[in-house]
Amino acid sequence: MSIDPTQTAPAAADDQPVVAFSNVTLAFDGPPVLENISFTVAPGETRILLGPAGVGKSVLLKLTNGLLRPDEGSIKLFGKEISRMPEEWLFPLRARAGIVFQEGALFDSLTVRDNVAYQLIQERVPDDVIDRRVRKALEFVELQDTFSLYPASLSGGMRRRVAIARAFIRQPELLLYDSPTGGLDPVTSTTIIELIVKERDVHHTPSILVTHRLQDAFMLCTHHFDAELGRMVTLPEGQTDPTTTFLMLEEGRLIFDGSLHDLVHSENPFVREFLE
Amino acid sequence: MAIKTLEKTAKEIVLNIQDYSLFAYRAVMNLFRPPVYWPEFLVQADIIGVGSLSIVVLSGISTGGVLALQSAATLSAFGATAITGQFVSMTMIRELGPVLTGVMVSGRNASSMASELGSMVVTEQIDAMRALGVDPVRKLVTPRIFACITMLFFLTIVADACGILGGGAVTVFMNHQDGPQYFSMAWEHLRYPDIIQGLVKPLFFGYIIASIGCFHGMRTSGGTQGVGRSTIQAVVWASVSIIFVDFFITQILLFLFPPL
Repeated sequence: MSIDPTQTAPAAADDQPVVAFSNVTLAFDGPPVLENISFTVAPGETRILLGPAGVGKSVLLKLTNGLLRPDEGSIKLFGKEISRMPEEWLFPLRARAGIVFQEGALFDSLTVRDNVAYQLIQERVPDDVIDRRVRKALEFVELQDTFSLYPASLSGGMRRRVAIARAFIRQPELLLYDSPTGGLDPVTSTTIIELIVKERDVHHTPSILVTHRLQDAFMLCTHHFDAELGRMVTLPEGQTDPTTTFLMLEEGRLIFDGSLHDLVHSENPFVREFLE
Repeated sequence: MAIKTLEKTAKEIVLNIQDYSLFAYRAVMNLFRPPVYWPEFLVQADIIGVGSLSIVVLSGISTGGVLALQSAATLSAFGATAITGQFVSMTMIRELGPVLTGVMVSGRNASSMASELGSMVVTEQIDAMRALGVDPVRKLVTPRIFACITMLFFLTIVADACGILGGGAVTVFMNHQDGPQYFSMAWEHLRYPDIIQGLVKPLFFGYIIASIGCFHGMRTSGGTQGVGRSTIQAVVWASVSIIFVDFFITQILLFLFPPL
């Protein structure tokens, strides 16, 4: 296996998938959690991973950046095979992908500033540069006033937005969202989705978004960010975002891969039941 | 059925030993490859060293005092109370100082390491750290291991000194014996091999405490209940390992430095 762990330049050429799963299977002391999963994420593409709770969505997301290893199959991240890559070689690759965990996973002993700047601090970026970039990232998620606060003093929605700022700060080449709106009220959920749409339409960062909430998935598809208005607006009737497509899992197997149109017209009984 | 259970248990034990060995090896090797997180080392040295000072001082004084009381009572039967100082200092420096300090520090710090890292695991902070491109073993475990080794070395010296002082206080104020005689006996019969024995042990014990505490913390699963389980396992295994390893180190050191 010839892998250069020090290579940090974008490995994914324009036509090469940013993420490619090929026949991936994973089990934890029992029947497979994921079985024979194959899909790709193209540059600029947003893939929404749907499925009921406990079906293996978060596991799939953790496989994407090597936090978990598959038992079988191959996973390519930025064109590099990561399924058997040594852990220390994975760190530079992971640093190129941002991830938003289900509960935010903020470091509770650090301030919002230090959480958002975590990677920059490790890279020994000068303090004034860090402060400037953190303020810009917090401005993006509309949480400028939380700069010096600790995560414990933030609400669930605010923590999620800080986690998004942390994922965005280094302009990652791939974004992974693990149920970013899970457990939040509808208003806060819409704010989070608006941020994701803004990132998708402003920076065109490829992403995988895990959710079991159809309303969030459809909102991502039927809205776009209007830079002039500075907010998310609904696309004209019948139009959907062409870069946003769907995957659906059922008991660890990928049963759907396609557009919103394909999804709503699917004849698969599980898909129909899920949609209804 | 019983054989299957036995086989599964045996496999689990072997797997745990293998995982622990790899984990402990990686944590040590990280010190010789950049980046090394020196600020974290200093923070941990403060938490482990300064934080454990009071319990080490108290337990050292008490143990030295008890040793003086017990030994004087026994030695008086042979008319040998004059060697109380030698008895207390030898016992404290060669054996009780390192082991007692190790067990005290393990109770305080192996538990805190396991619960802190365990909480970080169940709240996905460790995964977040890995996802942000930072090695959690390098960042969290290696500084704790080296801080624990360093500080346990100095805490053992403090415990030895406090034990001898505690023994002296009991000898003078309770047993009404001669103070200068106690201290001169404590000092004169000490040999370098005794001191080496007493100062080699905390290096191993410090490594055992921090590596076991961090190992159980990093392997936590099952939410807050899992954190509790990891904490208990860390303290139990660290304390038992200290006593178990002490036996072998003592054998080796007695072979290398035979008693006169």
